[in-house]
Amino acid sequence: MSPAVPERAPAVPEDWELVVGLEVHVELSTATKLFCGCANRFGDEPNTNVCPVCLGLPGSLPVTNSAAVDFAMRLGRALGCEVRGAVFARKNYFYPDMPKDYQISQYDQPTNTEGRLELPDGRTVGIERAHIEEDTGKTTHIGGGGRIHDADYALVDYNRAGVPLVEIVSRPDIGGAEQARAYVRELRAILLAIGVSDARMEEGSMRVDANVSVRPAGADELRTRCEIKNLSSLRALGRAIVYEAQRHVDLWSGGERPRQETRHWDEANGRTTPGRSKEDADDYRYFQDPDLVPLAPAAETVAAIDAALPPLPAARRADLAADGGGAVSAEDAALLVERGQDGLVRAAVAAGADPGVAATRVANDLAVDDWSPVTPQGLAALVAMETSGRLTATQSKQVLAEMAEGGGTPDAIAQRHGFQAMAGDDLAAVVDQVIAGNPDAWSRFCAGDEAERKKLAGFLTGQVMRATRGRADGAAVNRLLGERTGRQTERDQV
Amino acid sequence: MRHDGAEAAAGRAAGRGAVTALAIAAAVKSGERTALDVVDEHLARISQRDAEIGAFNLVLADEARTAARNVDAAVSRGEAVGPLAGVPVALKDNLCTRGVPTTCSSRMLEGWRPPYDATVVQRLRSAGAVIVGKTNLDEFAMGSSTENSAFGPTRNPHHTGRVPGGSSGGSAAAVAAGFAPLALGSDTGGSVRQPAALCGVVGLKPTYGAVSRYGLVAFASSLDQVGPMASNVADAAACFEAVSGHDPLDSTSIDGACDPVVAGLGQGVDGLRVGLVAELCAGSARLQEADGLDGVSAVEGVAADVIARVDAAAAALEAAGAAVTAVSVPSAVLGLSAYYLIAPAEASSNLARYDGVRYGLRVDAANAAEMNVSSRTAGFGAEVKRRIMLGTYALSAGYYDAFYAKALRVRTLMLRECAAAYAGVDVLLCPTAPTTAFELGAKTADPLLMYLNDVCTIPSNLTGHPAVSVPFGSGDDGLPVGVQLMGPALSEPVLLRAAAVLEQAGASGGGAP
Repeated sequence: MSPAVPERAPAVPEDWELVVGLEVHVELSTATKLFCGCANRFGDEPNTNVCPVCLGLPGSLPVTNSAAVDFAMRLGRALGCEVRGAVFARKNYFYPDMPKDYQISQYDQPTNTEGRLELPDGRTVGIERAHIEEDTGKTTHIGGGGRIHDADYALVDYNRAGVPLVEIVSRPDIGGAEQARAYVRELRAILLAIGVSDARMEEGSMRVDANVSVRPAGADELRTRCEIKNLSSLRALGRAIVYEAQRHVDLWSGGERPRQETRHWDEANGRTTPGRSKEDADDYRYFQDPDLVPLAPAAETVAAIDAALPPLPAARRADLAADGGGAVSAEDAALLVERGQDGLVRAAVAAGADPGVAATRVANDLAVDDWSPVTPQGLAALVAMETSGRLTATQSKQVLAEMAEGGGTPDAIAQRHGFQAMAGDDLAAVVDQVIAGNPDAWSRFCAGDEAERKKLAGFLTGQVMRATRGRADGAAVNRLLGERTGRQTERDQV
Repeated sequence: MRHDGAEAAAGRAAGRGAVTALAIAAAVKSGERTALDVVDEHLARISQRDAEIGAFNLVLADEARTAARNVDAAVSRGEAVGPLAGVPVALKDNLCTRGVPTTCSSRMLEGWRPPYDATVVQRLRSAGAVIVGKTNLDEFAMGSSTENSAFGPTRNPHHTGRVPGGSSGGSAAAVAAGFAPLALGSDTGGSVRQPAALCGVVGLKPTYGAVSRYGLVAFASSLDQVGPMASNVADAAACFEAVSGHDPLDSTSIDGACDPVVAGLGQGVDGLRVGLVAELCAGSARLQEADGLDGVSAVEGVAADVIARVDAAAAALEAAGAAVTAVSVPSAVLGLSAYYLIAPAEASSNLARYDGVRYGLRVDAANAAEMNVSSRTAGFGAEVKRRIMLGTYALSAGYYDAFYAKALRVRTLMLRECAAAYAGVDVLLCPTAPTTAFELGAKTADPLLMYLNDVCTIPSNLTGHPAVSVPFGSGDDGLPVGVQLMGPALSEPVLLRAAAVLEQAGASGGGAP
């Protein structure tokens, strides 16, 4: 393991480096809420999953859902954290969608501390803490364009109030936008692997805030940071970090300094705007919640969690790479593990499939929620048909799609469609026809530099594909084109 | 289960012709009386005199008659009825009652109807008790005289120019006036025991966690306990048995059942070791004779006539076979200061939810934040505002360590000192309140003077230990005096047994002034 190294975002000058820490809120997918028996479910009619406890009615009291604590400890152990006795505290501030006007959270004694997350490239990001807290309700501002200040009124849905969250706080070890995205992707993969959250940024079950600052390249000081909120996608996360870093660089370079504050990412305009200033921020007046008893997980409980942890993404990627013998790309491996399809590919490889083709085919063409009809044997058979030239890549994709829908064996599906890769003289004749019909492109292909040849090879191959209705094998077409110029093309090696 | 001995003792102790809760339950169960007849009799007393006393915020005449008829129907069908069958009970109006307004005597919650019953209310109902009404209190249980109610004060039935104590003044007055033989109060710093003392009734503050807090509107969660108030020890014990025990809805509820208390009430105090708390008994004749207490700094302001009754109680316990010694609990003098940081700190958080958004009073304003402020400004009385500000300050960044954290250390110290004291004695004895009932308005202008009412009762809230106030004669003004017995966690059986001895001694004239 090597520490993360600074990464230079495109827009930020070389003599500055970025310092990013992420705070990720993750909704745990327990059946019930953190302190009551209400259903923990997204998308129901507003205010239907509520009771005196999660509405904070006078006299009601919280009782900790032990499943949520188990989920949180599982996440902690997956992040290599120390899991210890913990205390719930009250974070006091007024907000209409927070029923008690305090949030039950963990403050100075969180469940998980001192962990680390290893990125696919081998760099590590420190985890300061991963603590349990309750979610708030959801406010919708009506009128005035939906912004809080101009709204006519607000509607509050308390279905989300009391949903268990874990907040994972990283150390400021992240060197830029790309690392930040890699961190979130990896964290998400871990969450999915251990089954504690569905971790969907778009639905809000995974919410990422970024603490961004900059410093002169090579320095180890920490300068004033801003916390960026409203990042609803990985793309937004990356853009916001770059924008904010540039803003800081501009301020420092102009002899000014950023104010420590919370800023709001404006996706439409691609910029951050000031929110609450930390200087006049609330004093949360944390104190131990007297309604709850401290959590004291027994050593055996933690040991049992460790024993039950499934293989984590990093280990699974390593296993896939080992089975693939170097033929599986890092991108494919990451994607397959994230989707949970690494087991399928490894089993197909064990059944004789070419690792590279199997991984690429599944990574590129099996992005469906349910792929259960695809068996390792079926996938191995499909890959064999493709590598032997019986199916073109295009045909193979279509067969795989139908296999996923329960269409049968690859052989049966291919026969049903009359798929037969066009080869030999038939294909050579079509290639010659295309060359004859596109003399301008052909001459530029023959005379062009590498980039030009690549571009025109794509065009000519496309023409062949059109003429054969996709029955041509791309690699074969490329070889035929090369033979006709008397020179090898780039794509021949593909 | 029948407790004939205890019932007989209770019947004697009640005096003034009042019928005890256990006697009522026995009569209803045997068919000698109907629950409806009992309820009507109590409702009649309420309508006769509550205009003068002001014990109730709400009388539930129709609901009570319906509940009584149900008890009678069950008796006539030969079905088992609970230990409190047909017994009228008054509930402090900070205990949630399903569909019935629960106000905490605050404008803030006027008209709010909880969708659920507090656990103690549920348990009373299943014990066969008949709820007759919701009683007045200091707003959100913050006060010692019931003068902080948004709906006007309650008056002491023994002298209507005097306060009933607080904050459970309505419940204490209801029992003292014979409106109900039993009542529930809540005790955060003495709010069951002090009004019990001032109204001449028995009040028990159980061990923290012995009685569920679910449905008790929170004042200071680490200190609050629901406790019974009754005209006699046996009734209080029976009520405690009915409402105590583990509740899965309260995380701080003690696992398992509490030991029975009623059955052992007649066992006396022979051999019991009693400690007179030096710090809370300044001027006691017994302290002058005691060794090793020269350096004790005692709390000032406990009246001589009250101390005289504590000395008499010590003598009565000795006469019954107990050994009384003087003990020192130095941190007792710090209790008041610690309490008035911890309780307001928790209250400032507990009362944040009254923001005008979901229930209770809303005073509209331009935006949500201003609506919070206008609602809370209009909804809370002066004492509640004072404590919210005190507590907010005590928890604030920069002040937390000097105030809140230090108060927590006092609490730890007090627990340690009490544990040491209980190594040498079984129970502690001291006054409940520094004086007899004072005049209405006498202390309203001076909050600190009012807070001093709690000086003797606060230690048990800080330690979480049980304590009982039992009437023991009267002061120079002829008004009731209560003496307090405190014990270690879950010592209710011993405390109530000792209280029963004092009750007997008082009733037989042995303790009369």
